[in-house]
Amino acid sequence: MTSPLEKKIKITGPVVVTANRVGDGAVVYRRGGGWTTALDDADVTTSATEARALITAAIADDLNAVGSYIAPVKLTGAGGVLPGNLRESIRHDGPTIQLPEPIGVETMVARRKNQDAHVSL
Amino acid sequence: MPLVKGSRLVEDDYVRVLDEEPIPDGVPVIVPGKRFLADASELSQREAPLGVLWSNDRRVAELEPWLNRLALVALVFPKFRDGRAYSQARLLRERYCFRGELRATGDVLRDQFQFLLRAGFDSFEVKKPADALVFAKAAARYSVFYQPSADGGAPVLRRRLQPGNVPAVRPREAV
Amino acid sequence: MYLYDDFDRTLVAERVADFRDQVARRLSGELTEDEFKPLRLMNGVYLQLHAYMLRTAIPYGTLSSKQLRMLAHVARRYDHGYGHFTTRQNIQYHWIKLEELPDAMADLARVGMHGMQTSGNCVRNITTDQWAGVAPDEIEDPRIWAEVVRQHVTLHPEFSFLPRKFKIAVGTARHDRAALRIHDLALQLHRNGAGETGFEVMVGGGLGRTPFLAKTIKPFLQKRDVLSYVEAVLRTYNQFARRDNLWKARIKILVHDLGAEAFAKEVDAEWQSIKDGALALDPAIVAEIAGRFRYPQYQRLDDGPPALGETRRADRRFDAWMNNSVVNHKMPGYAIVTLSLKPEGGTPGDATAEQMDVVADLADRYSFGEIRVGHEQNLALPHVAQRDLAALWRELHAIGVATPNVGLVSDIIACPGLDYCSLANARSIPIAQEIASRFRNLDLARDLGRLHINISGCINACGHHHVGHIGILGVEKNGEEFYQITLGGKADADAKLGTLIGPAVPYAQVADVVEDIAAAFIELRARPDELFIDTLARAGIEPFRERVYAAR
Repeated sequence: MTSPLEKKIKITGPVVVTANRVGDGAVVYRRGGGWTTALDDADVTTSATEARALITAAIADDLNAVGSYIAPVKLTGAGGVLPGNLRESIRHDGPTIQLPEPIGVETMVARRKNQDAHVSL
Repeated sequence: MPLVKGSRLVEDDYVRVLDEEPIPDGVPVIVPGKRFLADASELSQREAPLGVLWSNDRRVAELEPWLNRLALVALVFPKFRDGRAYSQARLLRERYCFRGELRATGDVLRDQFQFLLRAGFDSFEVKKPADALVFAKAAARYSVFYQPSADGGAPVLRRRLQPGNVPAVRPREAV
Repeated sequence: MYLYDDFDRTLVAERVADFRDQVARRLSGELTEDEFKPLRLMNGVYLQLHAYMLRTAIPYGTLSSKQLRMLAHVARRYDHGYGHFTTRQNIQYHWIKLEELPDAMADLARVGMHGMQTSGNCVRNITTDQWAGVAPDEIEDPRIWAEVVRQHVTLHPEFSFLPRKFKIAVGTARHDRAALRIHDLALQLHRNGAGETGFEVMVGGGLGRTPFLAKTIKPFLQKRDVLSYVEAVLRTYNQFARRDNLWKARIKILVHDLGAEAFAKEVDAEWQSIKDGALALDPAIVAEIAGRFRYPQYQRLDDGPPALGETRRADRRFDAWMNNSVVNHKMPGYAIVTLSLKPEGGTPGDATAEQMDVVADLADRYSFGEIRVGHEQNLALPHVAQRDLAALWRELHAIGVATPNVGLVSDIIACPGLDYCSLANARSIPIAQEIASRFRNLDLARDLGRLHINISGCINACGHHHVGHIGILGVEKNGEEFYQITLGGKADADAKLGTLIGPAVPYAQVADVVEDIAAAFIELRARPDELFIDTLARAGIEPFRERVYAAR
């Protein structure tokens, strides 16, 4: 598998460098020699040279984050940064599906009774 | 590269000879496999201990006719994830009854020490000095093994059949 | 239910201590990620989109109620309150922190559970069918052999750094419910003319980028030779499979490149040298392991207690569930109950910690404390007395695990996909949910009959789409999610790989496509009870292809 450093870096729009934090796996973005979980605060660049510098430093920071790569972003007019594709949206916002609710048994039973009353088999 | 034998850091008596270099007389040498085979009958006559560095993509069966003349066989882990040399080691020990020094070289890391010992290796060119220092501890990490292995430990499957058996740390042999 | 002894417990405890040390060395920087990754993979720890993922082994899909409660505890304490049951009878947690993993593993170890070898280039969880030990059509309990092999390949010094992963399945029933032929190595027990039992050995199955079905290399292996033969196969694989290309490193490629016959010869040459050595299986050893499998003290009961029939007549929903989710047991008066984890609107295979706790209690009361996990991502209670079925159903229904859709169109097998998995190209769960909602009407689902839909979010095929009656594979085209549709796959003894029916369709159309396929089926079937897979075999895929692509 080629590492991001070996691949030729082609920038077609604004990008950030992103990875996962070592301790807990949280999504992080490269910022000023470190990492942030806030995409708005990430270092954004449109230059291949800068991107290469960012990713080189990111990969070297193996102690704090793992799996660094260059990811596209979209810039809002107001200085905000948004994920640039579906995968980055999912990493940023979480799964697109409703996650199971930790509801207790009584609630489950009550909901089931309610459903049964309304749905005919 | 630190050499570990018998759980201790030791000096390497062997000189690693490269493909084109002249082979020095009177000292233990390790010669690349291809070179050895090209000159096997002559080389195996030498008095001083002879070792062969065998690549992990060749069958050890090729070495079999010469094993009783070899003091050492060195096997290679180009990356520690490449586990071919484990099979080679077991074949050398268990199929061909090689009794000389079986050395692990290449990307040899602490988390593989116990696997390496159980595959039959007894010396280790360890990649990281820090790993070499904790060899004894790392090599005793597990006391229970399901499989029979080249280093002779009784596997769980058979130990169970003996009455009154409790898991115990297998004593390390001092070398 | 296999009972651990001191040896087993010690090994797991030592494994936890080992991993705790490795995590500490990773967090301190003493280990780089490159060095740590294979180590964490060998404990089932992946890095995914949002967090680490822990895959916990459920050997041959068998759980005690105590173990299931611990799985619930882990979900609650270390994750987001739920777990996902997988196509290899394991469970996955998607929100794990590395820092907390050693503690989670220590908790699991208290009930004899672990993540050993659920990932990495080693031998993975050995699977059987989820009705092992209770199915009427099995020769003997396959889990005994799965356990014999499992022990042998656990932390095996020679086979912990294989070219690639290695998946083994064991079957002993007439009907293959374990998808044997898509495994790297499969053992199928047969009885020969002389009444002896022995194993047919098949190798080289596997899905993914280059799917293959396993080929028989030994038609009848004596039980005594199981371990030595498996050793010979693994040794041949370890030495000769490719290491230069990740996509060509599975044993299926080696078998294909050499040819099954040449491969078998190579294995046999190795095997001849070791078959009478230390790995020759003493019947005493097998008996010792078999002896630690506990079976229920079944009561002597009659089939078809009268009250059961009455309740069926009185309650249509109960009757529907009986027809769908309950099958015969080898013991009279008992039944095997499947718990559907495919409720409408839910994620296939997911269960909350609360649901797990309730199922554990129900297992204690109704199933001798035992639960099974199937590769279809459903659970089962394997020892239910028929006279208890109505009471059990009410409680299962209350917690939402009694949808009578087992084996039907809405019983979809889906990998986690792009919502969770860093390998994925496209999402699979919302596709599954949309399809299931189109067929939420159970009369319609029943009318369609047995119909297996498998969805994978990428070519790694964890959803086993190649062997789905309808297979759906997510791909990425110009930043958009598209899906290839295959038809006619089968995972049983008559295993087949599905056929692609045309160009990939966009995300928004997949459920429509499935509806078109279902509509075509209803028109084409020869009889109301002809199965989809049989109509397909009879009519061919052309009429389906036409229907799907007519307007696309």
